[in-house]
Amino acid sequence: MIIGQIKDGIVLDHITAGKSMDIYNVLKLGKLDCSVAMIQNATSVKMGKKDIIKIGTLLDINLDVLGYIDPGITVNIIRDGKVAKRHHLWLPERVVGVIKCRNPRCITSTEVNAVHEFRLADKEKKLYRCIYCEHKAERK
Amino acid sequence: MRNLMNITDLSLEEIDELIATAEDIIANPKKYENACDHKLLAALFFEPSTRTRLSFEAAMQRLGGRVIGFSEAGSSSTAKGESLSDTVQTVGCYADIIVMRHPKEGAPVVAARRAGVPIINAGDGAHNHPTQTLTDLLTIWRSKHTFEGLTIGLCGDLKFGRTVHSLVAAMARYSGIKFVFIAPEELKFPRYIIEEELDTRGIEYKEVTSMEEAMPELDVLYMTRVQKERFFNEADYIRLKDTYILTPDKLEPAKKDMIVMHPLPRVNEISVAVDDDPRAAYFPQAKNGMFIRMALIMKMLEVTV
Ligand SMILES: [Zn+2]
Repeated sequence: MIIGQIKDGIVLDHITAGKSMDIYNVLKLGKLDCSVAMIQNATSVKMGKKDIIKIGTLLDINLDVLGYIDPGITVNIIRDGKVAKRHHLWLPERVVGVIKCRNPRCITSTEVNAVHEFRLADKEKKLYRCIYCEHKAERK
Repeated sequence: MRNLMNITDLSLEEIDELIATAEDIIANPKKYENACDHKLLAALFFEPSTRTRLSFEAAMQRLGGRVIGFSEAGSSSTAKGESLSDTVQTVGCYADIIVMRHPKEGAPVVAARRAGVPIINAGDGAHNHPTQTLTDLLTIWRSKHTFEGLTIGLCGDLKFGRTVHSLVAAMARYSGIKFVFIAPEELKFPRYIIEEELDTRGIEYKEVTSMEEAMPELDVLYMTRVQKERFFNEADYIRLKDTYILTPDKLEPAKKDMIVMHPLPRVNEISVAVDDDPRAAYFPQAKNGMFIRMALIMKMLEVTV
């Protein structure tokens, strides 16, 4: 793919079409000073359609969080206009402090300082469960 | 230091060990009367459960230990807005072990992070109640002397009954087990537990709507309450409730060595006329609860006699 204008930064490629906005929000890309480009519904040989995000800085990204949202993403680290490193994501064993448990009977609904945490319960189904009450994480 | 949140936190070997200790306590109670000398158990009941609390208190006192605690949230610092984590951290400074009951699911997991002493979950909402399941296991063991090759019938409210969910998860780990789920359409055993606990292990089960169909093949019949509030309308409740009441007539075709269990308290789901039947195991079951809790407290405190 064409890296474009980025000298040092990150390109998130092979994002499932339609998920780039979720990622934009979770990574809080709106708060960055640098250039951020979002390409939606790009044509992909592999996927038909995909989204791409280009970030003009070497942001420290939590790969577990990204893997939870969309494990198919490729993370390209760009240095001096070249791909310096490429990460293929995975489904993380734990997701800490990102998604909230929606079970109203869960202790996290009243214990304000408890950190919301989920564990991978079923890899095939990409199923995560709350470590407290074992309720399923609700995906969008 | 270990905690007990869920019955499946215990390996099969650990369950065997607890049962062996409980059996020895039953046979030689004197040997254990000072086992927990100078030890202090805190019973933190953020919601009332007299039966469970008394069982734990009796267990600790019969081991020669002492008990502090509270029996409802209103009398605790929680009423003043203290977090569970802080309450437990404070109590952990005084006691050697904490037994807690809480209306919220997963509360003991939060507690265990800060307690500094072992935590036993004595019920977290509709989620887990591992010492009830240990009680059930000891009761089955004392009657059958095995956990393998048993056909276990579960009857009544199988949808919301956490005791049956935990018992199924616990028994599904043994070989040759077969389950018969006896429940009305509205209160059927949850599909997701069948998929996760039974289908993945290839365990045999069947679902029926009447006790009569299942009775002759059962080794254990586990009864639960069918509560009125679980039904959408009164008519359905009235139509179904008698179907799930155990009477001497319905017990007629059962095996002579089948046992009838119930977590208690019962309302009317087992007719009082069944109480004198030798197969009625629900009162001995309550007594077993105290013995297995004694074994558990000793294990968690790492005391031996
Ligand atoms: Zn939860």
